[in-house]
Amino acid sequence: MSERPQFLGYLRPDGRIGVRNYVLVVPTVICASVVCERIAAASPDEIVALPHLAGCGQIGPDRGMTQDTLIAYCGHPNVGAVLVVALGCEQIIAQELAEAARRAGKPTEIVAIQALGGTPATIARGIEIATAFANEIGRAERVPCDIATLVLSLKCGGSDYTSGLAANPALGRVADRLVALGGAAVLGEVAEIMGAEHLLAARAARPAVAAQLIRLVDRVEAEAFALGLDIRGTQPSPGNIRGGLTTIEEKSLGAVHKGGEQSTLEEVVPYAGRVTRPGLTVMDTPGLDVESVTGMVGGGAQVVVFTTGLGTPTGNPVAPVIKITGNAQTARRMADNTDLDVSAVLTASQDLDEAATRLFDEVLAVCSGKRVAAERLGHREFAIHRRNPTI
Amino acid sequence: MNSALVISGRDNVATALEMLEPGRALDLGGRHVVVRDRIPPGHKVAIESIASGQAVLKYGSAIGTAVSDIAAGAHVHVHNLASSRGRGDLHQGPVHPLAEPDV
Repeated sequence: MSERPQFLGYLRPDGRIGVRNYVLVVPTVICASVVCERIAAASPDEIVALPHLAGCGQIGPDRGMTQDTLIAYCGHPNVGAVLVVALGCEQIIAQELAEAARRAGKPTEIVAIQALGGTPATIARGIEIATAFANEIGRAERVPCDIATLVLSLKCGGSDYTSGLAANPALGRVADRLVALGGAAVLGEVAEIMGAEHLLAARAARPAVAAQLIRLVDRVEAEAFALGLDIRGTQPSPGNIRGGLTTIEEKSLGAVHKGGEQSTLEEVVPYAGRVTRPGLTVMDTPGLDVESVTGMVGGGAQVVVFTTGLGTPTGNPVAPVIKITGNAQTARRMADNTDLDVSAVLTASQDLDEAATRLFDEVLAVCSGKRVAAERLGHREFAIHRRNPTI
Repeated sequence: MNSALVISGRDNVATALEMLEPGRALDLGGRHVVVRDRIPPGHKVAIESIASGQAVLKYGSAIGTAVSDIAAGAHVHVHNLASSRGRGDLHQGPVHPLAEPDV
């Protein structure tokens, strides 16, 4: 079996495999976000911040979702070390985030703004710690890793008609190939499954998983019902409609091609919930790109493939986001944001399998360290989903 | 390169891959249709007549319902095709108070 595809990744103390090696600077609460960004600015290639808008004034599920997401990033395999920055009076508990990083065997420290006496003192101390961490984890070397250790996030955004005809089916073939080799793929954006849920449910490993998927889509539809609103204002988006997509069903049928055609749907997980099974997983994320990518990377995806028709810049603080388009005009106009152009599928009748092979090779190269457009341009968007008003 | 693409044999629409002008005769793998409207690339053209209330099919599945009679060759988009999903505006039932803020 020496022919199995491999990549060069980082073997973490807990056995998980990373494709990047960052020091992560995590604010427990929005109030600490700017301090985190200033600390990370000391060495942007090695240190990344996770600025967010939550961490206090949240009740019930939202508090849980914020905490679960931050904990997931503290244990993420693309992260080598963690510095938690607290304010001191917030809901999210710094020790719980640090504990998640320690459990994963990562060097970890906490600083608190109120305890250290303010912004300048915390930034100075934070830079000292983060820089020392960067030196420490910088000694780690990439080692050959089996492809089965990959969790691939499947994402589309700024879709047009080419998405469903070229980029999504090419990505679907990559997902099927990865899963056939023992890897995992995760699909989010439940609203964009609406209208195509019958196709995914038919591939569920067990009847309970099919039922879970249908319930999830029903819940999202019921949310629109409960508000008395028509989702057509946002799904499809105005840009989707200009591009020729008329209804959410049409958008969804194109979008679920990302999940391939053969892979079994193994599991349905909550937002930022850990993907634990090889095969295809559906995660409960909204359609909003940044919240969706944030959730799937939280679930353990080390790499994201993001298909787009109109072009879009979204990245992530810890995971490379590979941009692929089937629209030749977009590939030219948004060349700076685009990693792979598969428009030949539509303009020159290129075989979809050939496009998929190019994408598969790109995923392996990126996992081995090749930088993607979003990384070169400094796109590190991060947004935790929320469902309830802030109290 | 084809000028339009029919994805599934069940479909009653094709996707334009280039600008289609009225009068253009399309041969879509043996299915013939004359274009009636200007159809931009990525937009849909009916390849058979579709009655109001009938499902519009693409990818072999329903993508919504025709809200007026659609002639073969006509542009199919938001003016004559409506989604059947997520329509809280048509929902008969309790509306969440957040839908109508009183401030």
